Amino acid sequence: MSLKRSAAATLHRHGRLRLSLLLSAPLAWLGIAYLGSLAALFVTAFWTTDSFTGDLVKAFTWDNFRDLVTIDVYRTVALRSVWVAAAVTVIDLIIAFPMAFAMAKLASPRAQRWLVILVLTPLWASYLVKAYAWRVLLSSDGLLGWGYGLGATVLTLSYLWLPYMILPIYAGLERLPDSLLEAAGDLGARGWRTFRTVVWPLAFPAVVAGSIFTFSLSLGDYITVKIVGGKSQLIGNVVYDNIGAANNLPFAAAVATVPVIVMLLYLTAVRRTGALENL
Amino acid sequence: MFPFMPDHAVSLRGLRKSFGSVEAVAGVDLDIADGEFFAMLGPSGSGKTTVLRMIAGFESPTEGSVLLGGREVTRLAPFERDVNTVFQDYALFPHMSVLENVEYGLRVKKIPKRREKALEALESVRLAGMEKRRPGQLSGGQRQRVALARALVNRPRVLLLDEPLGALDLKLREEMQVELKAIQREVGITFLFVTHDQEEALTMSDRVAVFNQGRVEQVGSPSEVYERPASVFVAGFVGTSNLISGEASTAVIGREGTFSIRPEKLRLLGEAEEVPDDQHSATGTVSEVVYAGPATRFVVDLDAGGRLIALQQNQQTSSMDVLGLRGSRVRLAWQRRHEFEIA
Repeated sequence: MSLKRSAAATLHRHGRLRLSLLLSAPLAWLGIAYLGSLAALFVTAFWTTDSFTGDLVKAFTWDNFRDLVTIDVYRTVALRSVWVAAAVTVIDLIIAFPMAFAMAKLASPRAQRWLVILVLTPLWASYLVKAYAWRVLLSSDGLLGWGYGLGATVLTLSYLWLPYMILPIYAGLERLPDSLLEAAGDLGARGWRTFRTVVWPLAFPAVVAGSIFTFSLSLGDYITVKIVGGKSQLIGNVVYDNIGAANNLPFAAAVATVPVIVMLLYLTAVRRTGALENL
Repeated sequence: MFPFMPDHAVSLRGLRKSFGSVEAVAGVDLDIADGEFFAMLGPSGSGKTTVLRMIAGFESPTEGSVLLGGREVTRLAPFERDVNTVFQDYALFPHMSVLENVEYGLRVKKIPKRREKALEALESVRLAGMEKRRPGQLSGGQRQRVALARALVNRPRVLLLDEPLGALDLKLREEMQVELKAIQREVGITFLFVTHDQEEALTMSDRVAVFNQGRVEQVGSPSEVYERPASVFVAGFVGTSNLISGEASTAVIGREGTFSIRPEKLRLLGEAEEVPDDQHSATGTVSEVVYAGPATRFVVDLDAGGRLIALQQNQQTSSMDVLGLRGSRVRLAWQRRHEFEIA
């Protein structure tokens, strides 16, 4: 038997070996690039900088977190960021659900394919192009002329992340057999009742899956708010300014842990809904 | 308007349904009496399920009308019709318990004492004690019965069943056939069910409508449909197609035409055996022997042309005896009253 064949035979017999070979590259990426950098972030958050030379001082201190909690402006910015992320999520949900429902349940198979492509198309365009397009639209002499600010930020973020809400809900509704909707109607339920008692509870995990995207993407964004946010600041800007202008990497790291913690809390809360099995 | 009898649970008048350029239902007229167990039998794509869905209100006809108890419902939504459906995939709500599923229709219609009624319905389908389970924790047969209870608890005028036993294995299917029939007799509700299984249609129903290519080929009692098929299609679809036609019919039966004879009516004799006057017979060669436990099927190529299948009970014979008959010369004989001319 040739070496090639015996290797293939060995792999065939040892399923676990085959699996680990397949997964080694992605696992290495996840372990080193992602978890490693996250760990570095946490460690850095407990360091400080020499206020005179600006050099890193690698000594453990709670100072960064103390500042974060005690200085009002950071709390305001953090709450504002959560509020913006929540608003974007709600707006996206309100737009995405009917859209996804129409795609999954009402459109013909042909139309369905086209609609999926249409929903995906904006994702092929550059983030910056889309953000600047909104800047032009919203500028006081633009087509809409609503001006910049937090409202403009919410609007632009809602636009940017909408596909991430539509697609999971679409996938969730697509899996929902039509016969369940027919059964509800057959048993006497009208549209709203069918929605409330059958569609929504069964699509809820998919909704939560979508909200994880819109919420986390909004929570970490700092570019859109720079482009259309006027003077408003979000948590991402605080991180960015501390890395750049203030040259305080440890404090930036401490601020960056806030969205991580918020997301962890959010994920823990939604884990119960079974949404994570729907991603 | 058409004059209609008040006792018709369902009346279909000139019902048509096209999907794009495909005509799924091409003009169906049917009257189904109150309390009847009625089967719509046909191969897949024959339009029977589409007809059922138009009665339920899930599809709206391109032409024609649907009447329930004499009342025109053609354009009404499913929730406005006094019918309930048992779906092929059962369509139980997976996030609700068995009891919540059964209660659903009563709750929507704000009917009092729904808990008692639901429990009663579950008992009638022999599922007492299962009310707290989720559909996912039930077997196929149990799910089927939940679907039945969920529909029956609403006491609809007509119960529609879409291939209700299709997803069950053979043994369970035979059990459920008997049980469905018993339940129907007990509740007295009109059952209208769709099936592609001719045996199921024959054993369960009072009357059968045989569908083919969007049309009803024949409506009649199981014995009428089986013994006197109205068309070549019905003869072939309900039971085994055993036709004598063309030159063979002139030679064997004495006149030109297409005649249907059921396989179990044929007797297998020695080639030279005499047959009485009230019988017809034909000689031929056994080309295939299919041993099927209680009975054996003999495929006989007739000397006059064509082939017939003869079904013989294995009362006196064993598999060894019958398998040895392949290739031998035989005479098939049948009573004249069992040959039926198809128009």
